[in-house]
Amino acid sequence: MSSFQMQFMLLFSRQGKLRLQKWYVPLSDKEKKKITRELVQTVLARKPKMCSFLEWRDLKVVYKRYASLYFCCAVENQDNELITLEIIHRYVELLDKYFGSVCELDIIFNFEKAYFILDEFLLGGEAQETSKKNVLKAIEQADLLQEPRHEFFTVPVY
Amino acid sequence: MPAPIRLRELIRTIRTARTQAEEREMIQKECAAIRSSFREEDNTYRCRNVAKLLYMHMLGYPAHFGQLECLKLIASQKFTDKRIGYLGAMLLLDERQDVHLLMTNCIKNDLNHSTQYVQGLALCTLGCMGSSEMCRDLAGEVEKLLKTSNSYLRKKAALCAVHVIRKVPELMEMFLPATKNLLSEKNHGVLHTSVVLLTEMCERSPDMLAHFRKNEKLVPQLVRILKNLIMSGYSPEHDVSGISDPFLQVRILRLLRILGKSDDDSSEAMNDILAQVATNTETSKNVGNAILYETVLTIMDIKSESGLRVLAINILGRFLLNNDKNIRYVALTSLLKTVQTDHNAVQRHRSTIVDCLKDLDVSIKRRAMELSFALVNGNNVRGMMKELLYFLDSCDPEFKADCASGVFLAAEKYAPSKRWHIDTVMRVLTTAGSYVRDDSVPNLIQLITNSVEMHAYTVQRLYKALLDDISQQPLVQVASWCIGEYGDLLLSGQCEEEEPIQVTEDEVLDVLEGLLASNLSTPVTRGYSLTAIMKLSTRFSSVNRIKKVVSVYGSSIDVELQQRAVEYNALFKKYDHMRPALLERMPIMEKTATNGPSEIVQTNGEAEPSAVEAKHPPPVAQPANQANDLLDLLGGNDVVPVIQTSMPTKPASAGGELLDLLGDLSLSGPAPAPSVPSSQPPFLLDGLSSQPLFNDIAPAGIPPMIAYNKNGLKIDFTFERANPNPNVAVITIHATNSTESEMTEFVFQAAVPKTFQLQLLSPSSNVVPALNQGSVTQVIRVLNPQKQQLRMRIKLTYTHKGSPVQDLSEVNNFPPQSWQ
Repeated sequence: MSSFQMQFMLLFSRQGKLRLQKWYVPLSDKEKKKITRELVQTVLARKPKMCSFLEWRDLKVVYKRYASLYFCCAVENQDNELITLEIIHRYVELLDKYFGSVCELDIIFNFEKAYFILDEFLLGGEAQETSKKNVLKAIEQADLLQEPRHEFFTVPVY
Repeated sequence: MPAPIRLRELIRTIRTARTQAEEREMIQKECAAIRSSFREEDNTYRCRNVAKLLYMHMLGYPAHFGQLECLKLIASQKFTDKRIGYLGAMLLLDERQDVHLLMTNCIKNDLNHSTQYVQGLALCTLGCMGSSEMCRDLAGEVEKLLKTSNSYLRKKAALCAVHVIRKVPELMEMFLPATKNLLSEKNHGVLHTSVVLLTEMCERSPDMLAHFRKNEKLVPQLVRILKNLIMSGYSPEHDVSGISDPFLQVRILRLLRILGKSDDDSSEAMNDILAQVATNTETSKNVGNAILYETVLTIMDIKSESGLRVLAINILGRFLLNNDKNIRYVALTSLLKTVQTDHNAVQRHRSTIVDCLKDLDVSIKRRAMELSFALVNGNNVRGMMKELLYFLDSCDPEFKADCASGVFLAAEKYAPSKRWHIDTVMRVLTTAGSYVRDDSVPNLIQLITNSVEMHAYTVQRLYKALLDDISQQPLVQVASWCIGEYGDLLLSGQCEEEEPIQVTEDEVLDVLEGLLASNLSTPVTRGYSLTAIMKLSTRFSSVNRIKKVVSVYGSSIDVELQQRAVEYNALFKKYDHMRPALLERMPIMEKTATNGPSEIVQTNGEAEPSAVEAKHPPPVAQPANQANDLLDLLGGNDVVPVIQTSMPTKPASAGGELLDLLGDLSLSGPAPAPSVPSSQPPFLLDGLSSQPLFNDIAPAGIPPMIAYNKNGLKIDFTFERANPNPNVAVITIHATNSTESEMTEFVFQAAVPKTFQLQLLSPSSNVVPALNQGSVTQVIRVLNPQKQQLRMRIKLTYTHKGSPVQDLSEVNNFPPQSWQ
């Protein structure tokens, strides 16, 4: 019923390898796999001259490529696509601040952190915090709570 | 027992795999190790193992055996465990499995944890994937946290509440008190999420909406906050390219939209701020345009004064000129929505819109096309059609059908002259002839027939087109028909509009016979050609040649062609005295309803068939007495009448009831046309009924299925694929009755989802005989351009043993070949 819901966010490489998947609607593993496969194919087939929005099934997909990673959000049809682009951009900025000039390898080797950061920025598909500083502060504090002498270093390492 | 390999180590190792097989082997090995570690109930490394499992899950490997481990992690006291545990739960568990409910207690405890980051984890998980049961159990906790002074938790609780409301709408009321002073918060996170919560509540419940408008005076509060955002100086924390908290601005604008819709007072109260945002927002970057866009959407949706609306449309007009294609895209989308209501304002931007037809992006092109058609009127039709025909020439195949339909429609409405109309139609047929819809052919034939003074010109142009190209079937069919009708005009060189061509009877017959013989011609086309040749027997003098052709095809393998040829032969041999009368010129046809697409639907750029109301063409006025004779001559055909007639039992209001019952599925029942006796003779000599008599169905080998089987009534579906349109599936229903009493007044109705279109033809009868002694058959045609999975809801009504019976059923077991 809600016309402004983000249904999912996917991050994938130019070869179509999934790097992050966040689902805000309940779907079976099989359905998620199917959607992912089809959508990745569709987005990868887009030419560079095309706009960042495409209609797919009954959803609108907003995507943007940052270096070797595609950031892809599916929103319902009534949404403001331009602000979704800003949401994506904000997430990339957060990753960038956290990892220091983030690249795909950071997300591969520290995928759980990418999720933690996303979960401090969005909740249920909506932005919960609009201040970059506050999101990063929260992550920092949470990282400090992690029991010491654990392999989940706060500083990313390959 | 050595410690399990670390996460990052595993990732590194897996990435060294050179083949899929190698990777699979590594994964299997690691999974085995993890499994045994889980079996040993190892607490120390559980976190590490689950993390590894999550990585492998992302690669596509099964990880369900880790689900319970996630629950154990969540229950642990260690923060690291909880962090990974909740992440695992969100990735591996879903509400369809009962196991997720085991989380509920842990979440409840964690919502009350002393550490806010643990509370945050719980809120996040609940707000992301909480099932209805979990939401019911935990709503109270969420509501408590919504009232806390801790803004870190409050903002999360607000979004969690949104999720709860989405899952269990009845719980909305309980959050109302907590919303009281949400907007007096300074913290932007809380403000943003509060606006989202309020938006959700107002959208869902008109009562809430009214309450927030009147009692809470929400509009002035929002206006004030928005004003502060715009007027306040630079705030580093929330600044994005010089704009203060664009996310919050957009959300506020959206909520204002909902509050202002259909409400004069609210709309007035927000007028100034909307004008202010519209004029002062910096537009050099996407972020500013995002705000402008939301502002425009709001202005157009509320009861804004006309000056504001013009301002909004001008913003969209400027968007159209923006270099950024994303901006152009949203502009076109919005203009499509407003073109009906603010037609004149949008007209001013017509030339920019037309330019967008040349854009490289498919979505932009589609929107520009739809918008262009919406803007065509009597004044600009010549210029617009020129652009659109040019577009038709060069556009991708996916657009051609819709564009062709659009041109036909616009031409019909606004043609400045008959000559222009026919020229336009010809142009479409020659450039996009293979893409025009099935119903274009009869529509065009009707148009041509009724343009009496243009007959000579039309047939000449069509003849010349045939000389060039015989591959486009709709063109060939229309041309054949015209030559059959007006071949005499072709010979006589009577054309006024252009230089008359010199052509002999033999040349014309050569062309028509060529069509019959050509591989490019479909069976339908061949039917048209043969009939045309036959008609010329009363217009040309080369009767012998025609007789020869007709007799040759009397042994054609194509059954339809054979039948025609045999009948025409019979006309020559035994009923020659009737031939002239039967083959005389078609009369002017009464246009009782718009044939074909009545509206280019504003699909807002989505690819949907534009024939929304499939209005069934009326039965063509045919000299009925002659046709009756024909019926007698041909020995009383068993052919099922295929004209759109109804079994005259259903009252016209039935359409309404059915709509209610079947909800939002698009409806197609038998058209309540004037009651015509079911022995209406089939139209042999012209292909004008929407269901051409000749068999345009090529068997496709799709297995039949049982659609319904209850109380002795069984309905089978058999399938054929309609030629030439592969998107149309032709289903024949066979209803049989195994009980001892017959079922009378039997009516079959069907409805399909929105992306499909349905056409239901007349049933063979409305009595299903008892004890399987016969069946009622009926043909359904389903148009499925998006190749989506076919589903259907059917409604059956009949009288059995004196009592009325009614049943609704879903048909979901369609074989994939019927819709792929």
